[in-house]
Amino acid sequence: MAKVTLDNVRKVYPNGVEAVTPASFDIKDGEFTVLVGPSGCGKSTLLRMIAGLEEITDGALTIGDRVVNDLDPADRDIAMVFQNYALYPHMTVRKNIAYGLKNRKTPKEVIEKKVAEAAKMLNLEEYLDRKPSQLSGGQRQRVAMGRAIVRDPSLFLFDEPLSNLDAKLRNQMRIEIKALQRRLGVTSIYVTHDQVEAMTMADRIIVLNGGKIEQIGTPSEIYHNPASTFVASFMGAPPMNLVAAELTDETLFFAGLQLPMKTDYRGPVTLGLRPEDLHIDPYGPLAMEVELIEELGAHRLLHGQIEDQRLTVHLSKETEVTTGPLRLSCHPTSLCLFHPQTGERMDCNPKVQSLSARKPQEQHS
Amino acid sequence: MADITSSLAAPARSTRRFRWSTLADHAILITGSLFMLLPLLVLLQTASTPDIETMKYGPGLYFGDQLDDNFRKAMFEASGFSGQNTGLSMFKNSLILGLGFAFGKIVIGMMAAYAIVYFRMRFATMAFWLIFTTLLLPLEVRILPSYEITQKLGLLNTYTGLIVPLIASATATFFFRQFFRSVPEELVEAARIDGAGPVKFFIDILVPLSQTMIAAMFIIMFVYGWNQYLWPTMITTEEGMYTLVRGIKQIVQVLEGNEIPQYGRANMLAIIAVIPPVAIVIFFQSWFVKGLTESDK
Repeated sequence: MAKVTLDNVRKVYPNGVEAVTPASFDIKDGEFTVLVGPSGCGKSTLLRMIAGLEEITDGALTIGDRVVNDLDPADRDIAMVFQNYALYPHMTVRKNIAYGLKNRKTPKEVIEKKVAEAAKMLNLEEYLDRKPSQLSGGQRQRVAMGRAIVRDPSLFLFDEPLSNLDAKLRNQMRIEIKALQRRLGVTSIYVTHDQVEAMTMADRIIVLNGGKIEQIGTPSEIYHNPASTFVASFMGAPPMNLVAAELTDETLFFAGLQLPMKTDYRGPVTLGLRPEDLHIDPYGPLAMEVELIEELGAHRLLHGQIEDQRLTVHLSKETEVTTGPLRLSCHPTSLCLFHPQTGERMDCNPKVQSLSARKPQEQHS
Repeated sequence: MADITSSLAAPARSTRRFRWSTLADHAILITGSLFMLLPLLVLLQTASTPDIETMKYGPGLYFGDQLDDNFRKAMFEASGFSGQNTGLSMFKNSLILGLGFAFGKIVIGMMAAYAIVYFRMRFATMAFWLIFTTLLLPLEVRILPSYEITQKLGLLNTYTGLIVPLIASATATFFFRQFFRSVPEELVEAARIDGAGPVKFFIDILVPLSQTMIAAMFIIMFVYGWNQYLWPTMITTEEGMYTLVRGIKQIVQVLEGNEIPQYGRANMLAIIAVIPPVAIVIFFQSWFVKGLTESDK
């Protein structure tokens, strides 16, 4: 168990491409951190640098109390689970799990004991003498986990471990991995491009884009207070609605919405609204033309336009709706404002707590 | 080979409805097999007939009763002056050449391919293409300098001299390189995290993974080594070092004088010379196809 510190860790490939711009963050002992971002954002490179599979161009990486920049992967006291499992195809499950221990000259009895323990923990006992090719995807993933567990590393690294599994199995394995990590209390770094995995598993999320860290925070911080339009649109399904609005004279204008704001900024802004923060209000300021209703059982998604800007609204299953015109309202506190060019979050708060001029009391439901 | 093709075709559609096309297919296959078997049958016929009859009538249609006698002569009687080149000793020499050749080529080829694929070296690609171009330069092109070096090293009439100058193999290197490149990158990384160094990774992971490839290479290289003629002819001057393939020629040549050539004995030796490669192909057959076509990952 250990804490991990990155101090301006940077990766530049020989061809001059900067895959990871200087990144600094701490991961606390026992914390489950998820690196999330679209493909090519540098999340895997970052993980591979931590693993020692990729050289660190600049900066210092500390695992526990040691700076490990120049250590071999085997000496960093880490274990890694790969996307395609990377099991040794010619070895039985037992040998696959034991291989790392064998290379470290662990006594035979200890190896046997640890393999048995890991197999029990992962429900692999009856498969120990099979070859990986005789196992299903989920079982193979478990073997890969077993290989990581038996070594008692101070850090687990996961490189998109679930993306080769089908949706149902993925949900199940997600829970298993999380539960296992809780039980073992090992510091973990998990790379994924799936924001659902990130939200559900992480203690803390690090959102990456184009080799740069966009935001670090708990899932709820990331979701409710995105630091940029990128984070806002990447996290959440459906993503946050981003529409063009205008700030003048300390007032925000968007369609029929007028909201006094504490700010000196004037000019166009990007307004962010979570689909579930919008609700039906016959007297609401926003007039939406509903074009399509997605029925998802537990809830519904309305897709439509407000003054030529596309929006999605998340409604509970009780609310009856039809396509056509609809009036909406929202909580002023749930709005996010972003700079229209840089996409960065603008720090400005509404002066009022509720919106509708005519029937303010309805907004607090 | 003939056996393999016909046995593959037979069970597929021999039952049920009769079709003329099936008959035609089989007719072609059987005719082809017989055609290819014919030289072997002639060998067998000559080996079983007394030499005088062969001399008088040429190859006949009937098998004789000399098979046993000729076999004994071929295996245990020396044909040269020194009395050392019995069939048995030639067989042994051939076996050593074939095995050493196959073994050495596989080991060298694998290690060369390992270096080229897995280590970041300057000019690795160039080194590979350099090796590859040697495919265009067979032994015959470099035989004089090779002979000179071997001779100066005092390796004439030794197994080392027979095997080592031929051991570098572009073919094996090439096949192993292609195979290693198809091994997933993650396997290397997993092994690195598991604490396997370069040597351990090679022995624990790559060699077992290459099993089928090794088997396929073994067949090709063994047969290639076993059938070497020119090089052993140049390197071995002592009769005790003769290999089978060159020994057969020796018999027919030496005894062409006043005496009747020993057709039966020479042909018997030819049959003996054919057996090990055939046996190896039959034994490794399934591996062979697997190794060259699919990769087990």
